Amino acid sequence: MTTFNLRVNGKPHAVDTDPETPLLYVLRDDLQMNGAKFGCGLGQCGACTVMLDDAAVMSCLVPVSVVGARAVRTVEGIGTADAPGLLQRAFIEEQAAQCGYCIAGMIMRATELLEHTAAPTDDQIRAHMMPNLCRCGTHMRILRAVRRAADTMHAGPGAKA
Amino acid sequence: MSGAHDQRGEDGRPANPTRRRLLGAAGSLTVMFALGPAWPQQGGQSSQSAGQGGASESGVDGAAAGGDKSGKLPGSLDKEPWLDAWIRIDADNTITVFTGKAELGQGIKTALLQVAAEELQVMPGRLTLVTADTARTPDEGYTAGSHSMQDSGTALRYAAAQVRSVLLGLAAQRFTVDPASLKLDQGVIHTADGRRATYGELLVGHDLHLRADGKSAPRDPASHTIAGKNLARIDIPAKVSGGVAYVQDLRLPRMVHARVVRPPTPGAQLQGVDTAAVEKLPGVLKVVVDGRFLAVIADGEYRAIKASTALARAARWTTPATLPAAAARMGDAAALVRSLPSQDSTIYDGPGANAAVSKTLRAAYSRPFQLHGSIGPSCAVAQLVDGRYTIWTHSQGVYPLRDALAELLGAGKDAIHCIHTEGSGCYGHNAADDVAADAALLARAYPGRPVRVQWMREDEHAWEPFGSPMVTSVQASLDAGGRIVDWQYHVWSPPHNTRPGKAGNLLAATHLAKPFTPPPAKPAPQPEGAGDRNGIPYYILQGPVKSGHIVSHFQPDAPLRTSALRSLGAYGNVFSIESFMDELAHASSQDPVAFRLAHLHDPRALEVVRSAAQRFGWDGWRRPSGPGLQRGRGFAFARYKNLAAYCAMAVEVELARETGLVRIVRASVAVDCGEIVNPDGVRNQIEGGVIQSASWTLLEKVRFDDKQILSRDWAGYPILRFNQVPRTLDVHLIDRPGQPFLGTGEASQGPTAAAIANAVFDACGLRLRDLPLDRARMRDGH
Repeated sequence: MTTFNLRVNGKPHAVDTDPETPLLYVLRDDLQMNGAKFGCGLGQCGACTVMLDDAAVMSCLVPVSVVGARAVRTVEGIGTADAPGLLQRAFIEEQAAQCGYCIAGMIMRATELLEHTAAPTDDQIRAHMMPNLCRCGTHMRILRAVRRAADTMHAGPGAKA
Repeated sequence: MSGAHDQRGEDGRPANPTRRRLLGAAGSLTVMFALGPAWPQQGGQSSQSAGQGGASESGVDGAAAGGDKSGKLPGSLDKEPWLDAWIRIDADNTITVFTGKAELGQGIKTALLQVAAEELQVMPGRLTLVTADTARTPDEGYTAGSHSMQDSGTALRYAAAQVRSVLLGLAAQRFTVDPASLKLDQGVIHTADGRRATYGELLVGHDLHLRADGKSAPRDPASHTIAGKNLARIDIPAKVSGGVAYVQDLRLPRMVHARVVRPPTPGAQLQGVDTAAVEKLPGVLKVVVDGRFLAVIADGEYRAIKASTALARAARWTTPATLPAAAARMGDAAALVRSLPSQDSTIYDGPGANAAVSKTLRAAYSRPFQLHGSIGPSCAVAQLVDGRYTIWTHSQGVYPLRDALAELLGAGKDAIHCIHTEGSGCYGHNAADDVAADAALLARAYPGRPVRVQWMREDEHAWEPFGSPMVTSVQASLDAGGRIVDWQYHVWSPPHNTRPGKAGNLLAATHLAKPFTPPPAKPAPQPEGAGDRNGIPYYILQGPVKSGHIVSHFQPDAPLRTSALRSLGAYGNVFSIESFMDELAHASSQDPVAFRLAHLHDPRALEVVRSAAQRFGWDGWRRPSGPGLQRGRGFAFARYKNLAAYCAMAVEVELARETGLVRIVRASVAVDCGEIVNPDGVRNQIEGGVIQSASWTLLEKVRFDDKQILSRDWAGYPILRFNQVPRTLDVHLIDRPGQPFLGTGEASQGPTAAAIANAVFDACGLRLRDLPLDRARMRDGH
């Protein structure tokens, strides 16, 4: 057991765990957060996607010991059900979920895109979302939701507050 | 199916001890019954509302029609006729609605709330909804077969309409006015002169323990303000924000974590396992070995996972070859299906062809074993306290699961409480019930504390009950005018339903030292059928084709476990029939849409076919061309189960010549699912069905050798990613207010497969009859 000092959604956390424990289990079990989901444990589906500094990562593949000082961001940090953030609001407005199990990962994957590409094309959105799997077939809505969030963001803060 | 699980006390009340009437004035019943029939029907509407139309003649669950001639009550009211089993109104005006159906990501909670809210004249947000729970809700069997709106939506509509009548009667009595003069609004009844009473106040001293009569007319669809409108799904905000939304998110006090170590192959036998080292690992609380059922319980999830890999290494197995070697060598599910013994039944036997035959075509089609492939591996939490089990499960059928667990655990049914808690989408009978059994067995091994079990990815890929493979053969004849004059069809398939009800249907039960044997699988009778679902073309049932012979070859024993995957045999049969319709049209130089129209009589079928073609721009379509790319268009139609939703679609595909990769450029779908409660919810289901079926059709096949399943992750079993989904997917809804709910969840599975295959043929001239469509053949062009 080792103590790791993590910064998750802007808040510090000290976690005692084995160094090899994937970040996913630290988030879910030690910090009792639900956003990142276990999907495959193999980095193949993206259900566990979170942001590590400015990059989207599969948290099932990231041992807690390599996180270090990098900021961890999860879907919980974007907003709440009552006060959803930009992407969350776009997903709600487009009703872009069926079972929804993949959606938190989708939102974090899209976060990475929107932070790096101010006005993504539809092709860029598709290409960027490729690592993440959805089994319900909600793809068209997910693409629309990311488009909507990108357009809202591009229109400037307050444009669609 | 679920009737077998009906449990009732002698007074007709639900036997569940925890489900009690809230208010108990015995005298009120008489008053209620005396009042009931005296009220005029609201707004003078007839009982037409949710009732008739296609229902009785087409064989849709007759209960969809209110108070129909058979004496059956509408929807699931026929099985659970007590109003207070469906709707409870407390003195503080809290209104609770109960359903035996479960949210699977299909949006059923929202749609059911809309139905109840419409009849009770309150905003949906005022209602509390309780879903599938063996202590609290009606037993509505499985949430499956696109039946939820028919069964539960119809029941709630009529139950709520009757509750409204009861409330109006009580208010009329209290205020001494004509009930027709009263207005309901947000849980309050108002008189014309300004007096008011809440629903809860009116029911003080009365209760809703009344038998449904199916006679209170639901509101006229023309006056609907909630049903028939888009309403944002109530479950989505928590799902996009990391709220507690799934059984995977349950964290109960003192909960422990477990993982099961499955045998390496279906036929593997345990030679020995040294558990001592595993038991000493950090956090390990218990190692369980019972026959071939191996598991570890630990104080943390990742510790359980680590210990389970150690346990797997510590186990020694023999792995005999149990799968047919020849089929396995070819990776060929069709060869395997052909080798199995079958029980044959003729499901259609028409007169011989009496028109002159001009041309006869023959073809055979197949589909492989395919996965439900939930993104989130199956999960359950179970706890044993004082001899009573509580199980949180994403099973599609909490009551049948309870019965199976009772047998497995040797406990009484009343000692087992199954609570539906959402999981990742299941699309049929996936591992939800199996993992519930794992959790229950481990709760028994480790009493007192809640035990959470989640399967690992390779468990889900290798051990879920697979979608059943199928082989079909068809021969049809055309007359000189290009009309079908004879149709011969055979379908061979292993079981499409091995759902619990019995312990032997639960995976772990078959691995115990004293194993339970799976009960013999049975075919499901027409008209719904299972492997032969949609085996009879609608062109025969509701069209001009009469001559023909159709045989269903049910194969009870498959070497790999199979069960219900979204649409059951309809996927394979509609793929076969609609591909062959395309072949027939092509062979007689007819337009595929016109050819279908010429073989359909049902006006609703004609309308979806015409709508899909029109929205797509079928007439006047010109083949786009580009370097290295081939474009083609395809069409398909089916009425799901031949008695539920109508779905027609046209797709345009683009085939990359160098790689054989198929992209769906666009799809236009037209759907008639009867009266629509939530249009956007229907669209979401149809869009999802099209994309999921496109994935099955273009990519999916379980691979195996003579010992084991080889496709154990998303690399070995790829599914559709964002690069292959359509550019545009247009869903056109044809609403039928006042017609029975026909369901939507499975309507597009079959047509999508055929439309894509037909478009591939149109693009490159290659007729692919085996699923998934062979990319190497599309690349090579032969």
